[in-house]
Amino acid sequence: MEISPGELIAVLGPNGSGKTTLLRVLLGLLRPVSGSVEIQGAPPRPASRNVGYIPQHHDFDAGLPIRGRELVELGLTGHRYGIPWPRRDITEAVDHAISEVGAQGYADAPVGLLSGGEQQRLRIAQALLGDPSVLLCDEPLLALDPRRQQEITELIDRHRTTHNAAVLFVTHEINPILPYVDRVLYLVQGRALLGEPDEVFTKETLSELYGAPVDVLEVNGRLFVISGDEGANHLLGHHHEHDNEEVPWD
Amino acid sequence: MGLGGYLQLPFAQHALIAGTLIAIISGFIGPFVVARQMAFAVHGAAELSFTGAAAGLVIGNNPVVGALLGSVVVAGLIGVLGEKPRERDSAIGVVLAAGLGLGVFLLSRYHGFSTAATNILFGNIFGVSTGDLLLLVILAVAVLIIMVIIYRPLLFASIDPELAKARGVRTRMLGIVFLVILALTVTEAAQIVGTLLVLSLAITPAAAAQRFAAAPLVVTGLSVGFALMATDGGILLSLGSSSVPPTVYVTGISFAIYLVARLVGPVILRRRRGRLRLHRLHRLESSRSASDV
Repeated sequence: MEISPGELIAVLGPNGSGKTTLLRVLLGLLRPVSGSVEIQGAPPRPASRNVGYIPQHHDFDAGLPIRGRELVELGLTGHRYGIPWPRRDITEAVDHAISEVGAQGYADAPVGLLSGGEQQRLRIAQALLGDPSVLLCDEPLLALDPRRQQEITELIDRHRTTHNAAVLFVTHEINPILPYVDRVLYLVQGRALLGEPDEVFTKETLSELYGAPVDVLEVNGRLFVISGDEGANHLLGHHHEHDNEEVPWD
Repeated sequence: MGLGGYLQLPFAQHALIAGTLIAIISGFIGPFVVARQMAFAVHGAAELSFTGAAAGLVIGNNPVVGALLGSVVVAGLIGVLGEKPRERDSAIGVVLAAGLGLGVFLLSRYHGFSTAATNILFGNIFGVSTGDLLLLVILAVAVLIIMVIIYRPLLFASIDPELAKARGVRTRMLGIVFLVILALTVTEAAQIVGTLLVLSLAITPAAAAQRFAAAPLVVTGLSVGFALMATDGGILLSLGSSSVPPTVYVTGISFAIYLVARLVGPVILRRRRGRLRLHRLHRLESSRSASDV
């Protein structure tokens, strides 16, 4: 499997299918049991500047002693030893990243006070700070309302187009990002399928992948994967991805 | 004798120097203790300094060295047993109970002066010898140097451990280093000012500072400042009215600062929330007018 610069790949699959494990391998935190991984010709290693990472969304505690600005800065300098004294070049880079995601209005507020969407914008600014050529996103839309989902997706897509960056977008929901997706990587129980959305989201391919009958419905350009027979509902039903996909948001 | 007279005497000077050093390092580590939710580890390390000191008394008649060595053992035990954050508090509780039991046993084997034993628990800031002071200076300088070195990655690891790991921060190693520093600081402070004061210097000033500011360096600065106010203020007040022990003043001032922070904190918070709301409203309007065009 090869991912080209400027390509956006959606990574889908039930919980425990290895989506996060894949990201951890690409981050250099885990070594693959077999096979090899290369990013721009070199094996991945943590702290590499050309990989940006947006971790799975979790809210920051209200009392944390940090503001948006410092959170963003940690993405660039957090691994360096020493005291973070203000430095002009770093402050400028941070200001630039903050304005790129439109977070100027709340960058000086404690992160714990910010809404989920605002925190996520800062996380994106943090990931984009080093102008990464590869962007790994672990469910960046989780717990956001549809409007914020769209805004966040647009920000990620803009970085992809302006910097010709390859994006791996792990998600439970394909629909918010469907217009931007080049290819889909679908992982189910150790099996993987890679292809364009039209190829992957068919009754036949997904049924074969799941090893159980699955239906794919299209409603107003949105895709819904549902179990084809009652008995196989357990296959899909307990992953909350499908709870979401079966209920249109807006 | 008035306050000025006391300040000429070595015991008062030693107390002020020792208090100042302990306030600086306690205030410095405090914000990390709060951010990493390690208040119970401070408590555990402070009480367990008793066991190490008792062992030091029995083995080599040297409680301070015993306590410092013991604190490293305690930090290692807590680090290994409580690797997962959810297990940490129970691991501390387990080590604390077992350690105190061992301390009681060790003390029953000790047949020297009983004041040496009680000083372990309650400390005596007016009894700091030149030797004690020298050890404290070395320890404080070492703690400060290490804290300055690990400040930024430790902050990163405390705020967002997952991302820090992905960015190459060695979060496990930093966690253990910080635990050892915490144990050393707390133990040393407990030997000199007592277990009670340690809690009000390593936790209270940081908890108060956090309600005034959010920028990490400002919080650290305020925390050190509050710890200094409480310690040196407490010692001076106690010298001025010799009937009340300094512990009372130090804990009192520390608590008073915290109360002010609890009163003023909500006002600051409300102003911040108000500004944020205004900003959100602004954005909403501008995006509406943009979609109208």
